[in-house]
Amino acid sequence: MTQTTIPSGDNSLLPSTQMRPVGRLERVVGPDNYRILVGLFKTPASIIGFSLIVFFILIAAFAPVLAPPKATGDPYQIPRDGFSADPKPPGTEWVRNAPPLPFWWKAITGRDEWVHIMGTSAGQYDIYYGMIWGTRTAFRTGLVVTFVTLIIGVVIGSVAAYYGGAVDNIIMRIVDVFLILPGILAALILAAVLTPRIGKSLIPTMTALIAFGWMGYSRIVRGDILSVKERDYILAAHVIGVKNYRILFRHIIPNAIFPTLVLASLAIGDVVLSFAALSFLGIGTEIGYADWGQILSFARNYITSLNTYWYILVFPGMTLVLFVLGWNLLGDALRDVLDPRMRGKI
Amino acid sequence: MVTYIIRRLLLVPVLLFGVTVLIFGMLQFISPVERTALYVRDIPKNDKQIAGIIRKYGFDKPLHIQYWRWLTGTKDPVTGDRNGGILFGDFGYSRTASEPVAQLIKNRFPNTLDLTIWAVGPVILVGIWLGVQAAVHHNGIVDQLARMFSIVGTSFPTFVVGLLLLMLFYATLQWMEPGRLSNDFSREVTSDAFKHYTSLLTFDALLNGRFDIFWDAFKHMLMPILTLSYISWATFLRVTRGSMLETLRMEYVTTARAKGLPERDVIYKHARPNAMLPVVTLAGFSIVNLLGGVVITETVFNYPGIGSAAARAAVNLDVVTTLGFALFNGFILIVSNLAVDVLYGFVDPRVRLS
Repeated sequence: MTQTTIPSGDNSLLPSTQMRPVGRLERVVGPDNYRILVGLFKTPASIIGFSLIVFFILIAAFAPVLAPPKATGDPYQIPRDGFSADPKPPGTEWVRNAPPLPFWWKAITGRDEWVHIMGTSAGQYDIYYGMIWGTRTAFRTGLVVTFVTLIIGVVIGSVAAYYGGAVDNIIMRIVDVFLILPGILAALILAAVLTPRIGKSLIPTMTALIAFGWMGYSRIVRGDILSVKERDYILAAHVIGVKNYRILFRHIIPNAIFPTLVLASLAIGDVVLSFAALSFLGIGTEIGYADWGQILSFARNYITSLNTYWYILVFPGMTLVLFVLGWNLLGDALRDVLDPRMRGKI
Repeated sequence: MVTYIIRRLLLVPVLLFGVTVLIFGMLQFISPVERTALYVRDIPKNDKQIAGIIRKYGFDKPLHIQYWRWLTGTKDPVTGDRNGGILFGDFGYSRTASEPVAQLIKNRFPNTLDLTIWAVGPVILVGIWLGVQAAVHHNGIVDQLARMFSIVGTSFPTFVVGLLLLMLFYATLQWMEPGRLSNDFSREVTSDAFKHYTSLLTFDALLNGRFDIFWDAFKHMLMPILTLSYISWATFLRVTRGSMLETLRMEYVTTARAKGLPERDVIYKHARPNAMLPVVTLAGFSIVNLLGGVVITETVFNYPGIGSAAARAAVNLDVVTTLGFALFNGFILIVSNLAVDVLYGFVDPRVRLS
């Protein structure tokens, strides 16, 4: 084993090069991407955002404990305490059709009967139950829509960038066309067209959000790939005769996609927001499905007496706001990290 | 500049073609039998009749022929009357509004335009002002507050803000109400004594010399304007602040300071105009979006613009009306985007030269 020879003489003027310890995560994702990840958890704001998201993940995970569903039937269907129209205030006792009592309720309050913790909405839907199980709906729709839009966006964007020329031109014009109509209106229209075909469920709205949600990703990916495409190792791959699709999928995309991945994971908040907006307007699930936007839409029928029935607006509204706030706080931190002028500061 | 405009104009037919194909594509989700139901008002008596209607409207023809028919309509061989054809303004008959879609749009669009005109000022100018203040007091209290506002502000969904405003100003304080006009005035506005010069309600009221009607109509727009401003301030603040900070670091700003110009002039005469370039684009987009009808805001406040009409048609699964609105929106957005781009070419020489 040969020892590295140190130049003889006085080296005291050379800066001592102390190596920064490189952790396993940094080795796996690479220094640039590691910087992004670390930056995401540096500021108080981003930590608050992260905590909020963890909080909601816990709610979704423990939904059956927090709000036990009825033994039979779909747990996403909010149980109704009767059918009378006017909302009932928080703390009202659950009279009819009550689901099982959660075990922690008696330990905390010492009471034997289940109450409407956040009151009931029009038609006696329990707001608390809707909030808890609505968290699951939010994550389900958010994750699925984000994942599928991301894949579509990445494939289309990378094909456009890699092949360039006429292919690129045509694809980007198609992207332009999809971008003409404002997102929410376009999704609303497509969902309205799909609903008679598929029936009222999560699917028409999700499909609509996917159909009009991929364009942003394909633009970003296209830009990133255009810059990676010119690197020497791609040229080297061409020289040794690697096939086009293999260069694209094995060499270019893995090196260009990380910022897009992070962006996409933070877009879940936006997706949930758009989804809630559509169900607020009345497109989407059947009435009574545990879904934040729909519970909020009940408030529309009571705008003259919102001062009395404040709870049908404030509880669902704040749930949605906190959820979106969590993602926005993380997103803001990400924007700072991705800003090239910040490079080297974290 | 001329080549820039020509290049931009050449894109318009491409986009128009794209939008019509996209919307025609959405129409294909409905089977021919269901589509006949969109065209007839009485219930067909038997399958033969349905088949006749399908043949008459050409739903059994290849797609490109259907598309052409949908664009230009069909001419009746005997009377020479044109039947359908979106290029001729026949968007179909709205089942939910019981009138032709084109008529519905004609009734609703002035309200959206009216709202846009009054909302543009507060939506854009206040946001820009906030952004400039935040940048000038970089990292100061104003800046921190502004940043906090822009994050928390964007987290409030439009419909939550709208409902909270309704809770405060309508249900509790009873200062304003949703809708377009108080009942007493609505009757007066439809009477013959009230002349419709522009069909924009607030301007017509002024031209008729009716300040009470003007004030009433304006009061009904206050909550939508507040909502719209609130959501866009966060964006304008962020963009203006970022661009302004960048400009303030430029060397010509240092020069201006070094030669002893008062800080006021440095900020407002030297830095701000150049920092406005990205903001102009954003302003263009937001005006274009306002014109396209703000679906959620109009729906929450029951404001009779094209946004709420489109939402209502969609919720009632009235496909013809919904697609009609989509087409109209597409046309408006393409044309106004063109206008914004051309104006931007005038503002920023780099755009037209690239």
